[in-house]
Amino acid sequence: MILTRENILNFVITAGLILVPIYAVIVEEPFTITLATRAVIFSLAAVGLNIALGLGGMVSLGHAVFFGLGGYTMGILAFHAQSYIPLFEWPILIEGTKQMLVVWPLAMIISAIAAFVIGLLSLRTGGVYFIMITLAFGQMFFFFSISWSAYGGEDGLSIYVRNQFPLVNTLVPIQFYAICLAILMLALWINARLAKSSFGLALSAARQNTERVRNVGLDPTSIKLVAFVISGAITGLAGALFADLNRFVSPTMFSWQLSGEIMVFIIIGGIGRLYGPVLGAIIFVTLEHFLGGISEYWLVFLGLLLLLIVLFSRGGLVGLLVGRERVHE
Amino acid sequence: MNKTILKTYNLTKNFGALRASDKISIDLRVGEIHGLIGPNGAGKTTLIAQIMGGLKPDSGLIEFDGTDITSFTTESRAQAGLGRTFQISQLAMDQTVLQNVVLGTVGERGGVWNFWRPVLAIQELRERAMESLSDVGLADKAATPVSELSHGGRRQLEVAIALTLNPKAFVMDEPMAGLGSDGSKKMTIFLDNLRTRAPILLVEHDMEAVFALSDRISVLVSGMVIATGSVDQIRNDARVRKAYLGEGS
Amino acid sequence: MGAANSCTQTCGVFMSFALFAEQVLNGLQSGIMLFVMAAGLTLIFGVMGLINLAHGSLYMVGAFAAAAAAAWTGSFLLALVAALTGAALVGMFVEMLVIRRLYDRDHLDQVLATFALILIFSEGTRFFFGSFPLFLDVPKVIAGPINLPIGIEYPVYRLIIIGVGLCVALGLWLLISKTRLGVQIRAGKNDREMIAALGVNISALYTFVFAIGAGLAGLAGALVGAIQSVQVGMGEPVLILAFVVIVIGGIGSIKGAFIGAILVGLTDTLGGIFLPELFKLFMEGSIATSLGSALASMLIYILMAVILVCRPQGLFGVQG
Repeated sequence: MILTRENILNFVITAGLILVPIYAVIVEEPFTITLATRAVIFSLAAVGLNIALGLGGMVSLGHAVFFGLGGYTMGILAFHAQSYIPLFEWPILIEGTKQMLVVWPLAMIISAIAAFVIGLLSLRTGGVYFIMITLAFGQMFFFFSISWSAYGGEDGLSIYVRNQFPLVNTLVPIQFYAICLAILMLALWINARLAKSSFGLALSAARQNTERVRNVGLDPTSIKLVAFVISGAITGLAGALFADLNRFVSPTMFSWQLSGEIMVFIIIGGIGRLYGPVLGAIIFVTLEHFLGGISEYWLVFLGLLLLLIVLFSRGGLVGLLVGRERVHE
Repeated sequence: MNKTILKTYNLTKNFGALRASDKISIDLRVGEIHGLIGPNGAGKTTLIAQIMGGLKPDSGLIEFDGTDITSFTTESRAQAGLGRTFQISQLAMDQTVLQNVVLGTVGERGGVWNFWRPVLAIQELRERAMESLSDVGLADKAATPVSELSHGGRRQLEVAIALTLNPKAFVMDEPMAGLGSDGSKKMTIFLDNLRTRAPILLVEHDMEAVFALSDRISVLVSGMVIATGSVDQIRNDARVRKAYLGEGS
Repeated sequence: MGAANSCTQTCGVFMSFALFAEQVLNGLQSGIMLFVMAAGLTLIFGVMGLINLAHGSLYMVGAFAAAAAAAWTGSFLLALVAALTGAALVGMFVEMLVIRRLYDRDHLDQVLATFALILIFSEGTRFFFGSFPLFLDVPKVIAGPINLPIGIEYPVYRLIIIGVGLCVALGLWLLISKTRLGVQIRAGKNDREMIAALGVNISALYTFVFAIGAGLAGLAGALVGAIQSVQVGMGEPVLILAFVVIVIGGIGSIKGAFIGAILVGLTDTLGGIFLPELFKLFMEGSIATSLGSALASMLIYILMAVILVCRPQGLFGVQG
């Protein structure tokens, strides 16, 4: 790997994500680990969105749908497992589960299916329609989860014990954190490979000029749709982890504010940059903790920060720290 | 007579009361450059858009290499071997010259669903792309971002991308536009040699270039082809002289 | 069959018809308010090419301005005037400070900047007015029901809302199709440079259009706030419904916004009432209610999806 300023920054962020929680274990500050876990999970959700938004240029204001679906997949499976009521008895018996290795793929598949349907409909149009439609579908899931009383409706679902992972005690905060961080790193690696692959090249070209893509014989819509599905699956996995972190799922996981916030992580960090979503999520969680401690109206400050970034510093903090992205191979 | 590769039959397109294409039948034969000229608003852009799949004709047929492609999407037409360059460059501006050309090779060789292998490390694609760049004289600019490329460079790049598709025919929309006289001359020489690889349907405002290059010329006026013939035939055609110079009765 | 029996049957039919008519009126009323909201959005998008998420905040600003004015003066009419002018003034201010920097930006920047405005507006309002809902009371004279033909009883106030909404629709239509300003607005849609070259002050025109949209949103906020409650966050659900309306009607089309809004209002209201009832016909009561209301909450989005499949550009949108 070439030693660019961006790579150095990425390395520093990774080191911070490893060292800060270890330090927190040493000085016995478990809450810092919880905060770090929250930041890592938000990062993962935003890494997912960044594939659609940063690479594919799809301004999705409905990514909370996938976050929520991932969360509810976990919540519903755990609900059935802890109450010993099977999920289905017919045609085959399906019971709930507390195994992360079962929950995760399911969360990703369900989010991917939803992303496929929403993407298929939204990509029939483009531009500002896409934004409105994804936002509207987000709201649909939100209202559905409120009125679907079997799984808690407005009150949400509580899960008594965190799900299990082989050979790991997930109840120990640092161990659960390690799982989340490992997944984030894996997702970043996949993202980096994807961006450089044939698919990534075509996706990025589809963002910049659909006519160009069509005239080399490729269909930009199906390329974008596949990216949207991958993006939704990753955000869905983040939702499952988030539910496990809080041991609680509720309709707020589907809310449009959350969709907006996931996008805000990316913008604060730097759109289209590999570590942009990570830096953004870390800053968001830090601000939320410290500013939220000072004033209950901290979102005003977040709003002002966001406004300043959008109006005056495009490229987010990564851009500010390492300069404009060079066109590279 | 050489084989016909691209042919339109009675292509008609209306925009409300305006008849933009009026029963246009033209053909492109292997080995030739077929110039398409006409005053502004004659319907050249509308015709190109129908040939390339951007617009659906109201009636008529388009046949390419023996297949009726009238209902094909733009991407299927490209896959079938119809290469195109644009009047206004259509390029991925944030990418390098090489990346833009490699996209063409991905389109030609397939493999867009490869999510893992770094595309620029695929030797086969890279070599193919470099070959195209050498053909248009852009090999030394491979690593340059398109946004830093000169206007003429972008024109050459468009052709290079079209070349990677191994097209059976080119449709070129004003390749000389904005090139300046030096650039135009170079492009003329380049296109002159290109016709042996694939015939060109050439829409162009630069009359000097069209008359120098074309084997045949069609003249489009008010959505109708008023004349098709050799350079000399067109020069002396009364209807053409009337349309352009207002001569005769 | 005895006479008495026949009467209960006929009366029953009338009763259910009255109930149905009442629900249709409710649907119309909510649809008309959606129109007032969506008209501003679609006008702003059509003329300036701006997607404004903070339109819901202006709805909220209108409702709070009305509640404050009503508490201060005791007059409902003055409260409505305060909502209209308050939201229009805030809109004008925001346009000059932030929004006009966004016209030349891409949609992503517009989304983010106006999302930031929502955060600022919501938390700012919470700071000044607190988190508890305020109540805006409809004057007693018009709060009660009125008897309409065939046994329909309907609140006067809701009928007034429908009337106000129709007046707004008529006013917008007159403004755009009959006035000099309307000509400029329509021209501004098509060719910004040209009308600037013709000496129209484009910047003032944009501020004006934004202020109209903001004022309408504020008026809708106050009118609806009097039925529901006035609280932080009230604007965004309505904003998203207005987006659904615009997607259905076609971006930039006032007529599309009107038809779309009525469709959405009716679908949402009637679906919420009748879908659970319909389900009760062939399944057990509590499940029917739960499933019916869950499905009803999705109905307008399903409507939107169907229209997207059949006509991606919306009912009255321009192709391409």
